[in-house]
Amino acid sequence: MAEAGQAAVRATRPPVLEIEGLKKHFPIKKGFLRRTHGHVLAVDGVSFTIGEGEALGLVGESGCGKSTVGRAILRLIEPTDGVIRIGGEDIRELSKRELKPFRRQMQIIFQDPYSSLNPRMSAGDIVGEPLSTHGIASGRKREEIVAKLFDRVGLSRAQMANFPHQFSGGQRQRIGIARALALNPKLIICDEPVSALDVSIQAQVINLLMDLQRDLGLSYLFISHNLSVVEHISQRIAVMYLGRIVEYADKTTIFTNPGHPYTEALLSAVPVPDPKIKRSKIVLQGDVPSPVKPPSGCHFHTRCPYAVDRCRSETPLLREIAPRQFVACHLR
Amino acid sequence: MSHSRALQAKPSAAAGGQAKPIDSIAGIAVADPLLTVADLKTYFFTRNGTAKAVDGVSFAIARGETLAIVGESGCGKSMTALSLMRLVADPPGRIVDGEVVLDGVDLLKLPEDEMRAMRGRDISMIFQEPMTSLNPVMTIGRQIGEVLTMHKTMPRDELQKKVVEMLALVRIPEPAQRAKEYPHQLSGGMRQRAMIAMALACSPKVLLADEPTTALDVTIQAQILELIADLQRKLGTAVVLITHDLGVVAEMAQRVIVMYAGRKVEEASAEDLFAGPLHPYTQGLMASIPRLGLMRGESAKTERLQEIPGIVPALYSLPQGCVFAPRCPRADDKCRSEFPPYEEKHSRHWAACWHAGEGKERAHG
Amino acid sequence: MTTTLDHSAELARAGANVSTRWQAIRFLARRYPLGAFGAFIILIFILTALLAHWISPYDPTLTNARASLAVPGAAHWLGADFMGRDILSRIIGGAQISLAVGIGATVLGLSVGIPIGLASGYFGGWLDLIIQRFIDIMQSLPLLVMALVMAASLGPSLRNTIIAIAIPLVPSIARIVRSNTLALKEMPFVEAARAIGIGETWIAARHVLPNTLAPLIVLATAQFGSAILVEASLSFLGLGVPEPYPSWGRMLSESAAEYMRTAPWLVIFPGVAISLVVFGANLLGDALRDLLDPRLRT
Repeated sequence: MAEAGQAAVRATRPPVLEIEGLKKHFPIKKGFLRRTHGHVLAVDGVSFTIGEGEALGLVGESGCGKSTVGRAILRLIEPTDGVIRIGGEDIRELSKRELKPFRRQMQIIFQDPYSSLNPRMSAGDIVGEPLSTHGIASGRKREEIVAKLFDRVGLSRAQMANFPHQFSGGQRQRIGIARALALNPKLIICDEPVSALDVSIQAQVINLLMDLQRDLGLSYLFISHNLSVVEHISQRIAVMYLGRIVEYADKTTIFTNPGHPYTEALLSAVPVPDPKIKRSKIVLQGDVPSPVKPPSGCHFHTRCPYAVDRCRSETPLLREIAPRQFVACHLR
Repeated sequence: MSHSRALQAKPSAAAGGQAKPIDSIAGIAVADPLLTVADLKTYFFTRNGTAKAVDGVSFAIARGETLAIVGESGCGKSMTALSLMRLVADPPGRIVDGEVVLDGVDLLKLPEDEMRAMRGRDISMIFQEPMTSLNPVMTIGRQIGEVLTMHKTMPRDELQKKVVEMLALVRIPEPAQRAKEYPHQLSGGMRQRAMIAMALACSPKVLLADEPTTALDVTIQAQILELIADLQRKLGTAVVLITHDLGVVAEMAQRVIVMYAGRKVEEASAEDLFAGPLHPYTQGLMASIPRLGLMRGESAKTERLQEIPGIVPALYSLPQGCVFAPRCPRADDKCRSEFPPYEEKHSRHWAACWHAGEGKERAHG
Repeated sequence: MTTTLDHSAELARAGANVSTRWQAIRFLARRYPLGAFGAFIILIFILTALLAHWISPYDPTLTNARASLAVPGAAHWLGADFMGRDILSRIIGGAQISLAVGIGATVLGLSVGIPIGLASGYFGGWLDLIIQRFIDIMQSLPLLVMALVMAASLGPSLRNTIIAIAIPLVPSIARIVRSNTLALKEMPFVEAARAIGIGETWIAARHVLPNTLAPLIVLATAQFGSAILVEASLSFLGLGVPEPYPSWGRMLSESAAEYMRTAPWLVIFPGVAISLVVFGANLLGDALRDLLDPRLRT
């Protein structure tokens, strides 16, 4: 497999999650007979590991496939190919029933605090449902656990009987976090958990997530387009572009010494809240190409300021250009 | 000239409300204002009560300047822009008081047909979501052409030429081809460029940009911000940039207004504001955002972000006294009972706070 | 499944300060006066049907030759028909039939349409394709024509009338459940339920179905009205509830041709009864739609 080299990238601590060569190709169906006319290569061979108590940031622009990776790991969408190991066991081809015990180990927090909670269930029922589903607790016992979860995420126990719309955006996100915590998972996939929140509320939720990580030893796959947030919360970062990881390294390395031209441009495009800093920006030309017909060779060559002929014809593999820094670029 | 006219018109409006000294009206912040907004009040009258979406906001902007209005959702920043355009949905909203003087003309006193003539020609606006602001069944070229023909008559071929020229100006590749395409055929960034072309087609004096890059990816955002700044230099347009992103503010604006719950709480030059915010809300906002310290050579440390406790109050039931008091670490009894006056605390740095400036060292890290 | 409408929540959002049920009703009545009027009509109608035995002045089937075509007056408030049967008593008795048909057909239609729509929308695929084409065929005929065909083939009886009216209601119920399900099954809270490990059938029943309730209630009130109207039409055509039950539709059909000019009360009063109930159901449905749709509630 071409991605064999990528599997060598290991977290520093024992891995909670390992994925190798993960692929998700959505068929494009057209016409009356719904024949398949090609595929959207949403995720095209992604590999990484997440260690115990570690936060891996997965960054990239819309349509790069970062959310698809998160959903494919949880098998909320069925991956096309690859290996997904939870605690050493491959779960990609398990049946729904076989998968159920693994659901206790990994949970998800969503972006939109409004549509991620069932509007017709009380907050207490939403948080308690995982407990009943897995037969962990019911009745009074369930209520006690839910009350403790409410304390844990900074909600008042008195609000357990309230319905989602009676909460503010930040509080609703806390309910979503409490639901994810109910099963006591090792790994939480955070899919843009603060993007829909106001600036002053973002800080509250980020702090909560970091407190939980410290106290409970949680691992996060932190999916976000916001580099400042990712820098704050994660230890290692993977940068995605059009379904592939283009750079994968420790946070400090990525931010101080980016290896891939795309990472470099992405970092330079983030507006810095300090008018005294006038940086020379690398403004990328053009739009992100469609994942239906990605460019040949290196996907980034159409926008890359340094592209040479080789980039147009040959796909670069992820290589270790410096200790623990993996970059997919011919020029490094 | 426009300045003096704005001030002459003032007493009549001030007579009804609490008499504010004219000096404290924002016109003073700018020597020769192009646009002066004085004591603007836009209220929403609903079954649940009156929401003061914009409550006595004043500011001014000079030719070619960029003024940023910052705040969180519901602070009234978008409603301020819509009020300047007189596009507030009525009912339930209504501009109940104030003046908006553009080059000597009070927009709020114009009859509707004259205001319509001003829109697009003298003052225009771009929105956050370019898809919903463009007509899906008209080509990009026709939509830009429509703006042009609305304000002056020109022969067909000249119009066509001007449209292509505008698309080229906003750096849309193959402009002649793109003019024949429909909005859904363009990417988000291209649509925002087309919106900008439409807004600038008649070279307006003022451009109101309401979260113009919020829906875009960061590399596309960089393109659009660069384009706006570039066109502003070329055309001398004054830009009112409405955003929640302090990073965008720092990169684009010369002066900044901070709004909270319908009121202006602080105003200063961008440098002064970022160097030493006076209002506790501004301080809280700045301390609550993660700052990409690694890129600036800071060591990797994971400290807690500073939080602003609580949530933004509902505009129907604002607290007595200072609207920020319930969330403010420095609030005392005076804050909870009396609304703080809007004063010049330092040279050319205004804030509405009884405790302005206290503890600013803490906020800046 | 024990999902009730979350009234307290709706009220809180509407800004009402209510602590008791009675206060809540008064608040809603003031906010939706037309809906309250509709609810009042329906309530009177239901009470009339339930208490028919005690409030009707005569036996609705009792003939009296001397009272034939009696003008409305002290003895017969709304007059009497050519067989001397008291019109008021027959309208009260007819309310029972109309209520039975209205509720029976709506409930039967819902209990068949909801599972079909839910399965079709949630599980999709071939099942959906087949169900939808079948529904297309059923919907190509108007409600009344469909009911006519059904009634004619089943034969006249109260039970058959209810079935005949319920079956044509199924497609529109299934459609509305399906279209809501299609949107709901993509919602993150459904994904969250899946991530927890909840089974698909249970997700459909517990997370999707309750969220289709608001449009369903609106549809059900509208269909309650049209079921009554269709029953009247069927009976008017002689295909509805047979003698000796008094039916509003048959009261019309028996007298419309002959007595419209000579004894108009035979036509007017049953007509008014039908119109009022249908009108009330529609007013109530409109108010419920506003009340249950967060976007229409400021």
